[in-house]
Amino acid sequence: MRYLPLTADDRAEMLGVIGAPDVDALFVDVPEAARLSGPVDLPAHAGELEVERELARLSAMNRAAGDGPFFCGAGAYRHHVPATVDHVIQRSEFLTSYTPYQPEIAQGTLQVLFEFQTQVAALTGMDVANASMYDGSTACAEAVMMAQRVTRREKAILSGGLHPHYAAVTQTIAHAEGMEIERLAAAIDAEAAVIDAIDEATACVVVQTPNVFGVVTDVTRIAEAAHARGALLIVVTTEAVSFGLLKSPGEMAADIAVAEGQSIGNALNYGGPYVGLFACREKLVRQMPGRLCGETVDAEGRRGYVLTLSTREQHIRREKATSNICTNSGLCALAFTIHMTLLGGTGLGQLARLNHAKARELKTAVEGAGLEVLTPRFFNEIAVRTRGPAAAAVDAALAHGVVAGVPYSRLDPHAGLDDVLLLCATETTTPEDIAALAAALKAA
Amino acid sequence: MTMQNVGRPTRPEGASETAGFQSLTGGRGLLQDEPLIFELGGWSKTGVDLPEPDQDASDLAGLTRADLPLPGLSEPEAMRHYVRLSQKNHAIDLALYPLGSCTMKHNPRLNEKAARLPGFADLHPLAPVATAQGALALMDRLAHWLKTLTGMPAVALSPKAGAHGELCGLLCIKAAHEAAGQGHRRTVLVPTSAHGTNPATAAFVGYTVAEIAQTPDGRVDLADLELKLGPDVAAIMVTNPNTCGLFERDILEISRLTHAAGAYFYCDGANFNAIVGRVRPGDLGVDAMHINLHKTFSTPHGGGGPGAGPVVLSEALAPFAPAPWVVSSAEGFELVEEPTAEAAQAFGRMCAFHGQMGMFVRAYAYMLSHGSDGLRQVAEDAVLNANYVKARLADVMTPAFPDGPCMHEALFDDRWLDGTGVTTLDFAKAMIDEGFHPMTMYFPLVVHGAMLIEPTETESRRELDRFCEALRALANAARGNDKDRFKAAPHLAPLRRLDETLAARKPRLAWKPETLAAE
Amino acid sequence: MRFTKDHEWVELDGDVATVGITAYAAEQLGDVVFVETPDVGKAVKAGDAFAVVESVKAASDVYAPISGEVVEANPELGDAPETVNASPEQGGWFAKVKLADKSEYDALMDRAAYEAFLQTL
Repeated sequence: MRYLPLTADDRAEMLGVIGAPDVDALFVDVPEAARLSGPVDLPAHAGELEVERELARLSAMNRAAGDGPFFCGAGAYRHHVPATVDHVIQRSEFLTSYTPYQPEIAQGTLQVLFEFQTQVAALTGMDVANASMYDGSTACAEAVMMAQRVTRREKAILSGGLHPHYAAVTQTIAHAEGMEIERLAAAIDAEAAVIDAIDEATACVVVQTPNVFGVVTDVTRIAEAAHARGALLIVVTTEAVSFGLLKSPGEMAADIAVAEGQSIGNALNYGGPYVGLFACREKLVRQMPGRLCGETVDAEGRRGYVLTLSTREQHIRREKATSNICTNSGLCALAFTIHMTLLGGTGLGQLARLNHAKARELKTAVEGAGLEVLTPRFFNEIAVRTRGPAAAAVDAALAHGVVAGVPYSRLDPHAGLDDVLLLCATETTTPEDIAALAAALKAA
Repeated sequence: MTMQNVGRPTRPEGASETAGFQSLTGGRGLLQDEPLIFELGGWSKTGVDLPEPDQDASDLAGLTRADLPLPGLSEPEAMRHYVRLSQKNHAIDLALYPLGSCTMKHNPRLNEKAARLPGFADLHPLAPVATAQGALALMDRLAHWLKTLTGMPAVALSPKAGAHGELCGLLCIKAAHEAAGQGHRRTVLVPTSAHGTNPATAAFVGYTVAEIAQTPDGRVDLADLELKLGPDVAAIMVTNPNTCGLFERDILEISRLTHAAGAYFYCDGANFNAIVGRVRPGDLGVDAMHINLHKTFSTPHGGGGPGAGPVVLSEALAPFAPAPWVVSSAEGFELVEEPTAEAAQAFGRMCAFHGQMGMFVRAYAYMLSHGSDGLRQVAEDAVLNANYVKARLADVMTPAFPDGPCMHEALFDDRWLDGTGVTTLDFAKAMIDEGFHPMTMYFPLVVHGAMLIEPTETESRRELDRFCEALRALANAARGNDKDRFKAAPHLAPLRRLDETLAARKPRLAWKPETLAAE
Repeated sequence: MRFTKDHEWVELDGDVATVGITAYAAEQLGDVVFVETPDVGKAVKAGDAFAVVESVKAASDVYAPISGEVVEANPELGDAPETVNASPEQGGWFAKVKLADKSEYDALMDRAAYEAFLQTL
């Protein structure tokens, strides 16, 4: 077996050193009734060629986003990632290292995390960011529980524009912890309902911009209303490229900003691994979940980095920890940081404007196909009303070779919005793609 | 002959003068200090060529940001920056990485290649299901392997890491109790040796944590368990093999007592590597167990993630598994993303989409490569290697549990350091000077000055011997009054020991123009 | 000054008790990096966890040695938690509590008794 270096002779000699007659003697503590006498009923080992063939066969059964016109967004986005990113993240020293608990021999990972935290803080307009969460949705749930710790209140209000999966994850996790979750009805423009729902028992309001329908909202008024009642504002962003163009959560007085960072540096990967961004105001830092990297000096006074404020975390505080999170998304955060470093603020701004411009072309074409666009102000996603169920329109377009976005009903089947279709354009979308979509929707 | 007397010297000269040598520019040869990207000056620079958009953003007037002060680097500068940083890291690909409880094994590059196939990497999670049949087939196969290897009837694939899997398992347990009118059960029993995530997860879902005592031979104290199991107990969380590296001999009795008390048995599967292919948790009475794909099934640790933590479930808990899940029919695979009428008891959702697909591909490639025979060999070699290390170090260090074999990790305490003035931490830092990553230290908490060594099955005899020789030499030095070697260690790492007190007292969590070192 | 077995000290001035952790405790904890003091106005009961003291590797609850109402928290510890190490039984005090029941104070150990107690550890 190519991954197992021991030979039969090695094993025999090592058993001799141990003083065991055979390997079974090392499993003597396993109750006899639970010992398997031979291999379980699964195929035997396979060579690299055979395995590669099988994986390639499965891969070929899928249609990759790049295989044709493609318009899905709704929480995951197809962007071009420079080749440098994937090369660097496959370096052994990044790929095959552990969490940097031994800072003397992990300064590479730690300095990257420090750069990542600084970039995320700048993008979100906040003071501090952590070293990443699993994804945007779990970051959202963690933010809601953090608001409970900060305010000592139990109620969270989720905007009707919040991605339904984010709402479901938050309901699942925060509810289990004992919070009351008020999820407002799905609404394309959700601002007024959110402000109305805030009361003195509210720990936080969770608002997404651009929201799941693509609507860009200045949430400053929501922040004012929340703060007037002693509640926190959590701003969610699923499309991190939008930070290059739109007002940051910090500029709009958010207390906590969470986002899905997949768009920068990371592939679609059928939903994971992704990288949750989590940033907040400095005064809240001790209530943050997850790892934090901080600057310090070594015994010779040289600058270095360590994981810090660890007493918040599970491995020290156990049942009193701010979260149970242990593993984060280190390698995805590295990919994010390298891509962001290649872009710089200038490049991200340009990329964001390019995405927005593509979406304007998309809007024009969809309207030309006779469909109503429901999103008044958008970044790179729009919601449109289809003539019949959106799911049927997607099926029909697929027959024309076009992946025509995501039916809203797939995310939220009970909202009664069966005729709402979510479309996204990015820098990877060509004029020919848009023409093909318009033709397919017209025919549908 | 032709005399060529212009050759340069081909033998080293003056090599004895290097102690205390300083370069003129402060670097250490090829290992250079590397500034932060914020100090490299590219405030208006970008390393990406993009076309100018042909439409403006005037429709977003009043909604756009004023500025975005982040530096950029050209491609060669960025490459050099991150490659230089990489050289400051230790990695499995450089040497044995004996972190107990972490299973730092070789990461096959075939798995990386497979995960980057466009049908997986460039597949959108909300792509029409008809265009994702290969991905769903892979998830279905992975589920089959996980269920077969654990002897459990169901698996929830979506949890994103071990602790997320624990959360998923406890939420299933909570939902099952509530469905049975047992919602008043509010206590979770956890042994004192448990991973910190166990009590943290239990508290996270609103449970009260009570500890189970441990016997002198490092196992769950059955008498104490029996005493604490009562009508208020929702579950026990037991790691098996446990964090002392020992198999819980009384595991069948533990599960019998637990079930008799009306509680569920959550098994922390962090150490599944020790028993994969030889023992099925389903045969031990386990109700739920997460599997760290980044441990047992070798998806790379990546400097702290991403991981993946699918949870296998017993018949009793299966109906409560979260969405989504894959079902197969004659027409192909379907993805159930919202609980349907037939599965109305599903407790909710763990993450935005379907879990860590990129890790599923890697883990499945790893499983296919090993096969049922190879996976059994994995457990055997992992256990053999750990016992070999224990045997080779037993005369110079003190095994915490000398009697009987260990499983995949060898646990030592610090009794052998008594009177030397050297601590577990000092000893671990000195390992860095010998070219090895330190072992897990001060965990589990039940052993004084714990040193937990997990070599894994992917170490050769030669590397194990090199490691054992290094530790023996260090152990002898520690007892031979060579204290300075340890107190100031590491001497040969990119940095010396770091001031964690300073970092915690004056947290600097983002770059600012002035640095602490300059103050 | 009176002491508890959990290594808190109390000094009484009229009916206001100043509370901190002992020099022994400060040394055992190592470098203190953060102190969470109780909110002014909070009512505490003897034995309640009412403050937290953190080193890099541990977080420890500090228990109220006596019952009463918190009337002041040490403002210096926010910026200078190291004061707890430098001056545990003076400048490193945690909070002042308006005493509800003086008999609780009288029941605590005096210095000689506390020092004898430390010998048993």
